[in-house]
Amino acid sequence: MLLKVNELQFAHPGQSTLTFKNFQVNSGESLLILGKSGSGKTTLLNLLAGLLKSKQGEVVLDGVNICSISEQEMDLFRGKNIGIVFQKPHLIAALNVRQNLELAHFFSKKKGQDILRLLSDLGISAKSNSSVLTLSEGEAQRVSIARALASCPKLILADEPTSSLDDENTEKVIQLLKTQATRIGAALIIVTHDQRVKNHVSNFIEVTNS
Amino acid sequence: MNLFKISWKYLTFRPLSTGLNVFLLALGLAIITVLLLIQDQFEKKMNQDAAGIDLVVGAKGSPLQLILSSVYHVDFPTGNIKMEEAQKLSRNRLVKNIIPLALGDNFEGFRIVGTNHDYLELYSAEFAEGKPWEVPFEVVIGSEIAAKLNLKPGAEFTSSHGISVGSHDHDEHKFVVSGILKPNGNVVDRLILTSVESVWYAHDEAPEAVELEASETTGPNQEMPEVEEQNPQNEAREDGHSKFHSPIAKTGFPLTDEDREVTTLLLQYRNPIAAVQLPRMINSGTSMQAASPSFEMSRLFELLGVGISLLQGLAFVLIAIAGLGIFIALYNSLKERKYDLAILRAIGASRNQLLALIFLEGSMLTLLGAILGIGLGHVFLWLLVSQGDQNVVAALQPWIFLKQELWIVAYALGVGVVASIIPAVSAYQTSIAKQLTKA
Repeated sequence: MLLKVNELQFAHPGQSTLTFKNFQVNSGESLLILGKSGSGKTTLLNLLAGLLKSKQGEVVLDGVNICSISEQEMDLFRGKNIGIVFQKPHLIAALNVRQNLELAHFFSKKKGQDILRLLSDLGISAKSNSSVLTLSEGEAQRVSIARALASCPKLILADEPTSSLDDENTEKVIQLLKTQATRIGAALIIVTHDQRVKNHVSNFIEVTNS
Repeated sequence: MNLFKISWKYLTFRPLSTGLNVFLLALGLAIITVLLLIQDQFEKKMNQDAAGIDLVVGAKGSPLQLILSSVYHVDFPTGNIKMEEAQKLSRNRLVKNIIPLALGDNFEGFRIVGTNHDYLELYSAEFAEGKPWEVPFEVVIGSEIAAKLNLKPGAEFTSSHGISVGSHDHDEHKFVVSGILKPNGNVVDRLILTSVESVWYAHDEAPEAVELEASETTGPNQEMPEVEEQNPQNEAREDGHSKFHSPIAKTGFPLTDEDREVTTLLLQYRNPIAAVQLPRMINSGTSMQAASPSFEMSRLFELLGVGISLLQGLAFVLIAIAGLGIFIALYNSLKERKYDLAILRAIGASRNQLLALIFLEGSMLTLLGAILGIGLGHVFLWLLVSQGDQNVVAALQPWIFLKQELWIVAYALGVGVVASIIPAVSAYQTSIAKQLTKA
């Protein structure tokens, strides 16, 4: 059992408490988190990533309850074990493609995957020394996936990774996420309301706070 | 990849803003560097050159001018004094030692100083080559002149009248280099030293030309004090060549039965009472004036002080503006960078690493400014020195590095750290979840 969510609750300041169903994910498995806007999908993702900290319930990743470790420990733990793909690529504009990936190695204090190989797996090796400002939307999203994969995480979290992509790129991104997750034996959790994604991943849970 | 590299990439990502801030800071620090260098070397040099000289006696005029011309050899001399009167002064019991100087000629802009061997001793000058002058028209040259004009012992040249280049030449008799001094780090490096007799005889040769020159000059300050020959010209001719080969006076005043003049006297007190009595006695009891180098120089520095504090003020304003510029640049870029910072946190960076990142950026910026500023300061000084060739600034060394310059670096880093405090704290407090899901 890689990830286990147990009795998890969270309240944004001044808002009603969100409660989440219990669920489990094994290494190599994929899971969709579905739900309407405002249902707390993103909050759940932030909780899973340790970006938010819950006071009730637990999120156990690889035997560690990430709700109970200190922020400093969480940062490093996240760097080593969790790769996050955001809705927008959010690449560091001051660095080129390869340096953006090297960042992940540096901050996770982990050798991780060979960057050039990863880039060629994702079909963007030709851009490895380009400024990230020259990338197309699809390319940028692939670089951000590469960044999430660079440190060989055990869990890959993706937050609406396809919402701004066309069909072709959506297809590519989902395939990439799935094959790469399988290759490094990581669990993949995708938060989405995109119908196109549901066609590729059958496993899902629904968040129903309202 | 490491924090230094990330900071550096961020800095070079905005080259214009970074460049402007570095440049502003560098300008402020350059001014401070120049002031530091000048102050340090000037005072050191001034004290060094005036060491062992308690009092300067010369013709009446500006006391500051008297000091500048006869100790530092920068200004024009005030005029000549009668040697008879000078000798009378040397017999005073309050006078320990007295060195006569005969000024007024140059070679290629370097001043020729007629004096005796005591002058060499006063500055403890050592010889790199050759020996002191023994007969008239033998000269000893300072190391800087030897290097610049490429003169060796045995070389000959003719002097020019006046103390700047371009006056007429005394071409009747050539000077011969008898020795070259080792670099001394003081005024002697830029002087041509010879006997008082040499200067006299050089002027004996062409009295008509000297008079012509004198009538051409304008204003009392511009007037070259010629060591004039009072006797009829034919008498000098009768002396013939024999006097050119008779040994000169190595100490004290030259022996002559003629009515001669010297330009100034450098004087050492025998005891502290002399400091009280001698200047008053000379100024009121004779046609000469006495001036104390230390007093006149402190007066000069007092006059310059206003300008120096003005420059210092300007430098600090520049540095403050640069600090503000760095603060604003960091703070502004932080807005767009909150995403970046959140991303860094998401891939494993800790709050402290982000804090370090911003501080590093601020201090790298100011370190660059400091290095550039110190470099610029030295280049400014070098330009200043290479502009004024025979000037008093020519004696400054632009490539000496002082310990205080490390303080400039520390000071600049301080500015960088202070300017980064608010941006860094704001980076520290950035909530990643909010930043990343806001989009």
